[in-house]
Amino acid sequence: MSAISREEVAHLASLSRIDLGPAELDTLAGQLDVILGAVAAVQQVAGDDVPATSHPMPLTNVTRSDTPRPSLGSAAVLAGAPEAEQGRFRVPRILEED
Amino acid sequence: MAEELIRRTAAELAGALTRREVSSVEVTRAHLDRIAAVDGTRDADGVATGPGVHAFLHVSAESALAEAAFVDAARAAGETLPPLAGVPIAVKDVMTTRGVPTTCGSRILTGWVPPYDATVVRKLKESRLVLLGKTNMDEFAMGSSTEHSAYGPTRNPWDPTRIPGGSGGGSAAALAAFEAPLATGTDTGGSIRQPASVTGTVGVKPTYGAVSRYGLVALASSLDQAGPCARTVLDTALLHAVMAGHDPRDSTSLSDPVPDVVAAATTMDVSGMRIGVVRELHGDAENGSGYQAGVLRRFDEAVEALVDAGAKVVEVSCPSFTTALAAYYLILPSEASSNLAKFDAMRYGLRVRPEGVSDPTAEQVMAASRAAGFGDEVKRRIILGAYALSSGYYDAYYGSAQKVRTLVQRDFAAAFAEADVLVSPTSPTTAFPLGAKLDDPLSMYLQDVATIPANLAGVPGMSLPAGLADEDGLPVGVQILAPARADDRLYRVGAVLEAALRGRWGGPLLDRIPEFPPLGG
Repeated sequence: MSAISREEVAHLASLSRIDLGPAELDTLAGQLDVILGAVAAVQQVAGDDVPATSHPMPLTNVTRSDTPRPSLGSAAVLAGAPEAEQGRFRVPRILEED
Repeated sequence: MAEELIRRTAAELAGALTRREVSSVEVTRAHLDRIAAVDGTRDADGVATGPGVHAFLHVSAESALAEAAFVDAARAAGETLPPLAGVPIAVKDVMTTRGVPTTCGSRILTGWVPPYDATVVRKLKESRLVLLGKTNMDEFAMGSSTEHSAYGPTRNPWDPTRIPGGSGGGSAAALAAFEAPLATGTDTGGSIRQPASVTGTVGVKPTYGAVSRYGLVALASSLDQAGPCARTVLDTALLHAVMAGHDPRDSTSLSDPVPDVVAAATTMDVSGMRIGVVRELHGDAENGSGYQAGVLRRFDEAVEALVDAGAKVVEVSCPSFTTALAAYYLILPSEASSNLAKFDAMRYGLRVRPEGVSDPTAEQVMAASRAAGFGDEVKRRIILGAYALSSGYYDAYYGSAQKVRTLVQRDFAAAFAEADVLVSPTSPTTAFPLGAKLDDPLSMYLQDVATIPANLAGVPGMSLPAGLADEDGLPVGVQILAPARADDRLYRVGAVLEAALRGRWGGPLLDRIPEFPPLGG
């Protein structure tokens, strides 16, 4: 039985906001199935008594003081924008038509 | 003169510059001429065309010569300059450079010019190094061959039909082809060490947090670490000292003082040090473990050389390392799928409108842009990460992988109780032919089997040349691993090993590299 179906790959691609064509879906589903078969080995190793580790070093939260300071100007920030208008990012519509 | 200049080490160049025997403009021009002679050309889209190393995605000839002239003028005026002032360097294209294109090897960032410098880049500039340009890499550092670059692969200067390693194949190839004496890299699962291994150069992944990640385009934030690449252990140490140090702009930056890596690279004493050979990272060629026979032979000789130098060898066992690769290929895609969500076609980067939709929504534009802007490997890993993090699979995949990470850390702790450093081959094979593993992602991932444990645990690692494999005459790398924050031990052991092996070879390994085929025309 395969670990991941073509339908699941299509669903995940949609959640990840990546358009995939039918041929790409076929290839990816096959490759991901092989990869998942190999990485499933992690399930056989650690028991319930082993805690999870998310980071290599002990971390403490770092904050800086909340004081105003110079930052990039809007021209520099917008210089890389695909589209800009009136000092703002211009983006496609975000609402469905009603 | 120019031919001789490009073969010098950074330390030698720094000495000659300080003594004013040569100018930075001369040194910089010699390297730019070398790049022009061997790197090859790119088309209007930046894609590699024709023969050539193709180590560079962008060459900043004008600004490099201008900075070199500034350094020369400052030196002539009697200013005291930092040790590497005027020495050229190549920068991996994953680091932001103000005013210089930064693509991460991705189509989605074609033409993007960052408005700020990465902290590493700022430090290079403050140390008055001369930035030659940006080096090629697998897209967003995902890969072990640079074949996943949207701008075409880099070629291995030892054999242009083979891969230079990855993701930092551009930086490693630039060093091996004498296009630059120093280069920067980033190492998430081996992207500094494996390219060093297959090109006969040196690379170090420092302790996690030792070098700032500010301005590095993130792949997997809990694994990414920038580090130095060079042709000698001492040069690597000199660059390490420039790059490392606390940065308030990176919340994971270590506040500890940087170990004196340059002093360690000149100690030349390993007597009494305990060298741990990791059983799980020393395959047996007969039983098909994937380690090439010639790789194991050169590795065993390197261990013998350390014993001859007075070190003691102990065998250590790290059982979890056999599943470290599996854990890594769940943790990395999970973090990457989250980090790469920022490429949304709204604020910067490629924007593509979906075909046949008259007034597309932001979401449709996003999906079309990411489809056009990301390559196959990036899409594969984003979807793999999304799967590992999705409800119903999270505990079985991502959760289990995080537990393996705990076991890897425990194995390292136990091993470092018995040994001062650990050693293994860096990569199970020498450089494989371009295209050989492109259709089989899993076999490509296996290249990282020996380098990944260090990233999971945050410990530092070095790769340095161990010689050429008998069967194919290609470079083999030996990996040295040290406990977190003990990066200096890498240099102490590495320098002794380098000197011992050079004694056997009668000079640096790179003296034996064939002249890169002329580009013709």
